Amino acid sequence: MRRLLIRGGRVIDPANKIDGVLDILVEGEKIAAVGENLEVSDCEIVDAKNKIVTPGLIDMHVHLREPGREDEETIKSGSRAAAAGGFTSVACMPNTYPVNDNSAITEMIIEKANEADLINVYPIAAITKGLTGKELTEMSELVDSGAVAFSDDGEYVKNDEVMRRALEYSKMFDVSLISHAESKKLSAGGQINEGYYSTALGLRGIPSAAEEIAIARDIILSELVDARIHFTHISTKGSLRLVKEAKERGLKVTCDVTPHHLVLTEEALANYDTNCKVNPPLRTKNDVDALSKALSEGVIDAIASDHAPHAIHEKEVEFSAAAFGMIGLETTLPLMITKIVNAGILSLPKMIEKFTISPARILKINKGTLSVGADADISIIDNMAKVKIESNKFKSRSKNSPFIGWEFNGKVHHLIVRGKTLVDSSKLIK
Amino acid sequence: MVFKKKDLLSIKDLSKEEIQHVLELGDSFKEILTRDIKKVPTLRGKTVVNFFAEPSTRTRTSFELAAKRLSADVVNISAKSSSLVKGESLKDTAKTIEALGADAVIVRHLSAGAPKFFAENAKCSVINGGDGAHEHPTQALLDLFTMRQKFGRIEGLHVGIVGDIAHSRVARSNLLALNKMGARVTLIAPPTLIPAGIESLTAVKHGMGAEIKYDFDSVIEKLDVIYMLRIQLERQTESLFPSVREYAKLFGLNLERLKRVKKDILVMHPGPMNRGIEISYEVADIPQTAVTKQVANGVAIRMSVLYLLLGGVEIEKVAN
Repeated sequence: MRRLLIRGGRVIDPANKIDGVLDILVEGEKIAAVGENLEVSDCEIVDAKNKIVTPGLIDMHVHLREPGREDEETIKSGSRAAAAGGFTSVACMPNTYPVNDNSAITEMIIEKANEADLINVYPIAAITKGLTGKELTEMSELVDSGAVAFSDDGEYVKNDEVMRRALEYSKMFDVSLISHAESKKLSAGGQINEGYYSTALGLRGIPSAAEEIAIARDIILSELVDARIHFTHISTKGSLRLVKEAKERGLKVTCDVTPHHLVLTEEALANYDTNCKVNPPLRTKNDVDALSKALSEGVIDAIASDHAPHAIHEKEVEFSAAAFGMIGLETTLPLMITKIVNAGILSLPKMIEKFTISPARILKINKGTLSVGADADISIIDNMAKVKIESNKFKSRSKNSPFIGWEFNGKVHHLIVRGKTLVDSSKLIK
Repeated sequence: MVFKKKDLLSIKDLSKEEIQHVLELGDSFKEILTRDIKKVPTLRGKTVVNFFAEPSTRTRTSFELAAKRLSADVVNISAKSSSLVKGESLKDTAKTIEALGADAVIVRHLSAGAPKFFAENAKCSVINGGDGAHEHPTQALLDLFTMRQKFGRIEGLHVGIVGDIAHSRVARSNLLALNKMGARVTLIAPPTLIPAGIESLTAVKHGMGAEIKYDFDSVIEKLDVIYMLRIQLERQTESLFPSVREYAKLFGLNLERLKRVKKDILVMHPGPMNRGIEISYEVADIPQTAVTKQVANGVAIRMSVLYLLLGGVEIEKVAN
């Protein structure tokens, strides 16, 4: 059995309220001990001095595109991108071709992930068959096959009654429904945030209200049936107000935000950069400030990339024809360290919480801690290292990132998944 | 003065002096157009491509005539005849048109920003011939030319732009150009047709912008220019106004309203007009209505723009 000692790093394990210079002993696939100056013989040593040692990071919203769009990403390439970005677990959205709305697809995703033998891949299954908003998927069987949550991501379950029943039915399995909150009538034809820039650029706008109305409905329905609801990629000040109020009343509401909504405003679109075309759209400075504030106040539970790989020919086109979305797995960590932690918006332990135990609790997966006996999923981060984002260094099959050329601080130094080393001295070894 | 820029994509690309120069040059070309032989050899040997991915007769013909009057060779490519229908990307179309040896391409496209995208993918000059609800810079230039023709100036004029501002590239380009030249602009429309933030479209840089009025009659007496926009009938089904009838009642320019305007009013419209809707049948034909003047001036102004983008480079080379 492999024995590995991670020595002398600053161990931050928010679930166990640990923050100190400690050693961690890994035996086989599990964490065997955590403590000061562990004395162990006969083991490999990873020197973590001046590094941050955390539970393996979790990205709870990615698109791996397999099955269907393997030219853009595969479960394997997406897993490599995740590892290179410091993540040991991802949850992948069901808008594949065919849609992950049945156990055969869920099982296939898990099988492919096992074959790749890289990180942990958790499928999120569709709420409704074919993402059409009409009939519920077979949630019980999907949960048994390994689905950790349900979402019609990209689509909003338009029918109030269907959403009510989905929330109600999901209670049997105690899973979260993940809401991509967007009133499609209000956002129809929309390209970017509605406001000064949509007018100046002559593009149809998507008003904040399209998101806020959708969030309000889902909060009301989740309250009605006492079910869990998670809002992904929340983007407006008004949405935060609704979520905050719901949380204050003790409802089972959680939310995540993407790094790009925290860092970029709609101004990034002033030159029609299709890599900044995302849904929900980049919003105003006022919204970005509100997101930062909500993050520091704890209204936002998790950070998720919404990693959305797209082929070049789907982005290198006139703006209105371009696909929505940007990749994020390999830029999220440096972005968050540089623009959020180093900017004083969030402490390092708080940021790590939003990448570990917090998404683990939302997805109810047994991850996100460094407790003795837990799976040895560990991210060792060099938060001082300088990185420049370069297109040819992406492990993702797609390159649609507006951050190419940006310089950040912070990258993964070493990554361990179930006791196996995937990244060593910042090099992906598989 | 000559243009050092490759493209004309937006009014924002032009300084006040450059706009002034386009208008002055327009005077010279206008004079040429009154001659018996309306042709000069300025752009002989140059190739101008009209790439119109959205139907247009007026703008395309105007550019075609402008290029021909300057002795350039002209090729017209429309959406129907191009490879667009075969699924060719705009990038490949740009590369193809460039490879065919075009010196200038006029791009008309449904998608805002498409001419800019085209320009980034081709070395030839690109002129925005109207892109979505973004801009139509040569329309604004010919409109300014028409106003200047009547009043001898742009500065200090009070221009009311009436109608579907939200979907209008003409309104945006005119607002930018008029503000730049020191005119005052009032946008008149129901709130459903006023796009978010339009009042500060130019305010950021120039400290001006536009004022907004929902009540045409409250401002009509003060206007020097009434610029009517075409209202598209589909907007009724999009709940942007309840009926064409009510729209015409509130925002149409009819003889009744005309009684209250300044004596030397200039009435403009980019065409094609919906007689009986935004402009009444009679008002369309009164001498104060400059629609045909706008069309005639369009050729001269487009000659200016083509000359400044294509000829200008040549002149510079000689000078060096």
